[in-house]
Amino acid sequence: MNYFPDEVIEHVFDFVVSHRDRNSISLVCKSWHKIERLSRKEVFIGNCYAINPERLIGRFPCLKSLTLKGKPHFADFNLVPHEWGGFVLPWIEALARSRVGLEELRLKRMVVTDESLELLSRSFANFKSLVLVSCEGFTTDGLASIAANCRQLRELDLQENEIDDHRGQWLNCFPDSCTTLISLNFACLKGETNVAALERLVARSPNLKSLKLNRAVPLDALARLMSCAPQLVDLGVGSYENEPDPESFAKLMTAIEKCMSLRSLSGFLEVAPLCLPAFYPICQNLISLNLSYAAEIQGNHLIKLIQLCKRLQRLWILDSIGDKGLAVVAATCKELQELRVFPSDVHGEEDNNAAVTEVGLVAISAGCPKLHSILYFCKQMTNAALIAVAKNCPNFIRFRLCILEPHKPDHITSQSLDEGFGAIVQACKGLRRLSVSGLLTDQVFLYIGMYAEQLEMLSIAFAGDTDKGMLYVLNGCKKMRKLEIRDSPFGNAALLADVGRYETMRSLWMSSCEVTLGGCKRLAQNSPRLNVEIINENENNRMEQNEEDEREKVDKLYLYRTVVGTRKDAPPYVRIL
Amino acid sequence: MEVINGLNLKDTELRLGLPGAQEEQQQQQVSCVRSNNKRKNNDSKEESAPPPPAKTQIVGWPPVRSNRKNNNKNVSYVKVSMDGAPYLRKIDLKMYKNYPELLKALENMFKFTVGEYSERQGYKGSGFVPTYEDKDGDWMLVGDVPWDMFSSSCQKLRIMKGSEVPPAL
Repeated sequence: MNYFPDEVIEHVFDFVVSHRDRNSISLVCKSWHKIERLSRKEVFIGNCYAINPERLIGRFPCLKSLTLKGKPHFADFNLVPHEWGGFVLPWIEALARSRVGLEELRLKRMVVTDESLELLSRSFANFKSLVLVSCEGFTTDGLASIAANCRQLRELDLQENEIDDHRGQWLNCFPDSCTTLISLNFACLKGETNVAALERLVARSPNLKSLKLNRAVPLDALARLMSCAPQLVDLGVGSYENEPDPESFAKLMTAIEKCMSLRSLSGFLEVAPLCLPAFYPICQNLISLNLSYAAEIQGNHLIKLIQLCKRLQRLWILDSIGDKGLAVVAATCKELQELRVFPSDVHGEEDNNAAVTEVGLVAISAGCPKLHSILYFCKQMTNAALIAVAKNCPNFIRFRLCILEPHKPDHITSQSLDEGFGAIVQACKGLRRLSVSGLLTDQVFLYIGMYAEQLEMLSIAFAGDTDKGMLYVLNGCKKMRKLEIRDSPFGNAALLADVGRYETMRSLWMSSCEVTLGGCKRLAQNSPRLNVEIINENENNRMEQNEEDEREKVDKLYLYRTVVGTRKDAPPYVRIL
Repeated sequence: MEVINGLNLKDTELRLGLPGAQEEQQQQQVSCVRSNNKRKNNDSKEESAPPPPAKTQIVGWPPVRSNRKNNNKNVSYVKVSMDGAPYLRKIDLKMYKNYPELLKALENMFKFTVGEYSERQGYKGSGFVPTYEDKDGDWMLVGDVPWDMFSSSCQKLRIMKGSEVPPAL
């Protein structure tokens, strides 16, 4: 099979970068499997319980970069109880023991402790990059170890984590010799920041391209930081509740004008609208703008800023921008590829006339031909609008629509939204991710099963009528990897129809559905390569009962494929069948 | 012919269903009130819109991460733990106007009763003591400071078992 020596093949493999392609290469023959695994530098593990650290290291001893994901997606919305799992410590311990030359660690929805961070910082001399997304369990003490011990640190990126801020001096822990930082993001820290230490750090980091500050960094400090780092490409601004005095404002404007490389702007965690004009000069260069935390800014201020951002490709914003604001986006941002509109009023209690509706969505779809990803929270929708959107934008890869009120029908015709979503899946042949909402019957799932051939992830909430709905999806969407369902009337018949199917998927989540304990047990019986986890709210009562009622509905079911059997770190209220 | 927003719905209506599915679709038009745990099933079918749902919050809905929820000044979620319970919970402090409301909500959530509060002796009688962590990181007894001061400085709540409470509290 091999006409070339291994080194040549390995060199060819260097050009193959995507995980899926490398996985495919490794299946060709034994020789390629061996060459591939010994040369693999980056490994992606979508479910940390699908494999264990020992097998990872056994297969890829030369790995330099590891990505791990822990808790299921719905954990982001408090549906997964505390202490469920996803602990990173065993992984770091195993990598350290085996002396793997780890340089990069990217974690999502995992439990990270100060102990793990300390161990990480001491075990890998070439460690360069730590990215934590939606993680929890650590404090600023853990960050201090990373700062102090990772001599080659280039990237520390903390996105939306729950970090206990001990108001310590972690920024001071970067040694004076540390000059290699390229990216520093601590926007999610809630406590005070040692601004002087930060300024010194930025001043000695000539390669710093990305800097995202937290609430506690005031305006005048921002001006000084930007003056030190005019090479910044990506800036996350902190918070300025008060209107700036003219002198500070002038200094800020001068600093901003020098940042000609700035392409991405975010933060604005609390900001007086009058600060925004300071950024007008660089708006024409921006390709990414995240104003989704700027709760206090009204639509018209946002609009003035956005009107200048003609090159924007990515926009994250709050629904306070309104349909009018979205019309401006549609008219201005012709390069727009990704839009996320978040709800500013999460409980839906205010009668907010300024919030977005289906009108804004249609306007965007008509004005932005390159749009491929959307996340849209709104209070109302119509089939006609969705049909128009599908016609305007057949290129969607990700389409997530969240109508705030469960079961809400088309607000004009009072029909279900089956036809609207049906139009989306039929037109968007490349659709990989879909979230549906509003009033939906089994019909929408028939459409999804028929048309969404590339669909890999589907999120369902408060939808469907019978088991047929779920069956349409499982039978139709051959590429499905992650299916998550809540509060929908799907039960055992759907769950058990094709048990082998679940080994072709990463995971299935079902909460507040109709599946019973008996159904889950039957599922688990014939599936040694699936972990079937049951989480029940009243676990205290359950443990006292001697007789189990198999007809009892299961609160939360999470099943996933695995090659390493039952995990040993589950808490008592998680039952693995 | 229904024309909405310049769109003639019948013309643009996509017929995506399988042959014979037409009838099913017409039936869907009427039953727009879906049953779920929170609403009655036998609402009149003539109603064009279901009554607005009660202000009870559905767990995990809408699907936004906690740090976004707390960004809105109208909400203030804090974690609540109780000694011996496996689950932590979260409550929105802004939903309560005073201590009795908060304590009642906690009692309902964790199924316990709090004792009687007195300034000198703290909570007597039930064996459970509500405490909280303030902005300085100190653990305090719930109830000592005025409500507004408490609700703006409370970061976390912990319901301690009486036996665990240090004498200083």
